Amino acid sequence: MIEDGSDVLDRASLAVGRRQFMKIGLVGAFSLLVPFAVRAAERAPYKREDYTWGFIVDTTKCMGCGSCVRACKAENSVPDGYHRTWVERYTVLANGRVEVDSPRGALDGFPEDPAHPKKDVAKSFFVPKLCNQCATAPCVQVCPVGASYAAPDGVTLVDRKRCIGCGYCVQACPYGVRFIHPQNGYADKCTLCYHRITKGLPTACSQACPVGARSAGNLKDATSRIRALLNSSRYGVLKPALGTNPKCYYIGLDKEVV
Amino acid sequence: MHVEAISELMGFVFPNEQHVTWTVMIVLYPYITGLVAGAFIVSSLYHLFGQETLKPVARFALVSSFAFLLFATLPLLLHLGLPMRAFNIMITPSSTSAMAGFGIVYLTYMALVVVEVWFSMREEIVNRALAEKGFLGFIFKALALFDLRVDDRTRALDHRVVKFLAGLGIPIACFLHGYVGFLFGSIKANPWWSTPLMFIIFLLSAIVSGIAVLILLFYVISWLRRVEVDGPCVQTMANYLWGFMIIDVALELMQVLSIAYQQMAEWEALSVLIHDKLFWSHVVLQLLICSLIPFLLLGLNSLVRLGQRTRNVLIFSSSVLLLIQVLAMRWNVVIGGQLMSKSFRGYTSYMPGMWDREGLLVAAIVFTVPFLLLRFFDFLVPLFPSDSAIGKGRL
Repeated sequence: MIEDGSDVLDRASLAVGRRQFMKIGLVGAFSLLVPFAVRAAERAPYKREDYTWGFIVDTTKCMGCGSCVRACKAENSVPDGYHRTWVERYTVLANGRVEVDSPRGALDGFPEDPAHPKKDVAKSFFVPKLCNQCATAPCVQVCPVGASYAAPDGVTLVDRKRCIGCGYCVQACPYGVRFIHPQNGYADKCTLCYHRITKGLPTACSQACPVGARSAGNLKDATSRIRALLNSSRYGVLKPALGTNPKCYYIGLDKEVV
Repeated sequence: MHVEAISELMGFVFPNEQHVTWTVMIVLYPYITGLVAGAFIVSSLYHLFGQETLKPVARFALVSSFAFLLFATLPLLLHLGLPMRAFNIMITPSSTSAMAGFGIVYLTYMALVVVEVWFSMREEIVNRALAEKGFLGFIFKALALFDLRVDDRTRALDHRVVKFLAGLGIPIACFLHGYVGFLFGSIKANPWWSTPLMFIIFLLSAIVSGIAVLILLFYVISWLRRVEVDGPCVQTMANYLWGFMIIDVALELMQVLSIAYQQMAEWEALSVLIHDKLFWSHVVLQLLICSLIPFLLLGLNSLVRLGQRTRNVLIFSSSVLLLIQVLAMRWNVVIGGQLMSKSFRGYTSYMPGMWDREGLLVAAIVFTVPFLLLRFFDFLVPLFPSDSAIGKGRL
């Protein structure tokens, strides 16, 4: 009987234990969410006027793996044969000749170059390309219906519901970053992953870059990484003579790059 | 949709530039608007400047201009990625865009041409309205806006209105076509387009093609009617054609020579474009065959005393060659400018498809329809006044 009594007691204590367990479990589960809730409460809503987006590419770091191109294609459903971003390989030969290639925009990286044995190559480097986010963008200027526009935070975007697909912006862009979407008929280009950067996330290409060669940043924020890099490095922009005032800056830009 | 032609690459081309965005339709668009502007100017030479020898062709020129104008926008519509939104360009134009003014310029010119055609044909429309019975009679009465009075007073008024519109139309016609040149000339990203000369080259080549197509049509119609072609009339047009083609070709050469002589950074890439990619279409076809030969033939026609039959051969063949010259020029500008990558290190290629929306068959149809329309207009109202040398009645 003692054994029976102890058995009853054990069961009673077990029943309480189960309830307690449920309580502890629920409290514990919710308490795990507390840091996220605090972080969400802390993060102020995105105010466009507090931002001027720019982009920085460190050509001395890029190793031509093509991760950025693949990430961009996956993130933004970029159609085959077109590119919102691509990587170029510059090969300066010992005889002074310069050769440039970008097989499939470096979607699969770069294969070994059998045409030029190492001894013939003086130097070689990679340059990622994307929308230059021009402050005086020719694409915005020429769009006949205002579908290409500069957002207040400095990002050049395309309103797909307004675009008529005339292709004038494609012609006006000096950097060849625009294309007419082959299936949908509107103009398409790099948006600086606007859907991500406005939520505090990095662009898909910069998140995928294994060497930190590229990133978007707030030029208005004196403490931002882009400002720190611009303040501490020599950089250039593409085709400055055209007066487009790009906000995409290239560290270690070589004169051969256009 | 945009043509997925297999493009042959040379050197390094930016990945998005392997596909040519502006196709043969955008070649056709300035070609057709050029015919509009050129034909209109011929008509104005008679109506406004009293060039009496052009009387037989003056009204026909005006109606031709109208027929081409009706179809000038069709190639654009066929080209647009989202043609259902075409009217956005008029409803929500962007003030900074050179292209946004197109709707306003086009519609203004269209309104002017329609009114001028109506006033210049009013008497014939009224005559048919009085002659025809039943439904056709009603149609002509409606076309005459149910005002069937014709007397010396109405004729004088019609004449005054036509003269005023011919005068007003010249700057608008120049603006319409110069504007098309400006669309290209203002693209600083493309060194093959970016020149202030583009505006004036487009305008002059428009006048050349307009006069050439009128000469050609005048000959064909005369042959169809088995009448002698009006000698003084074609001679006047041929003289104008010679003059305008000299200025046009001189400017085309100046454009290339000035960029070649300046030796700017882009010249290295442009010289390959001209000497390699555009060698046959630009150097051989546009300059050597279709500019030099008509220059010599028309010069011969203007400066040497010749029989009418010889003149006919010279003028007719020159007109054909100059029509090809202007088409080649449009091709070399529109397509040529896109063959060179903005990397200035490589070139793509382009060959239009045959059957697709922006293919050669559709282009041929678009170009043929205005001529069929002219035949229909002639059915409605005879395009050549009965007192003209081209004979009485319709085609």
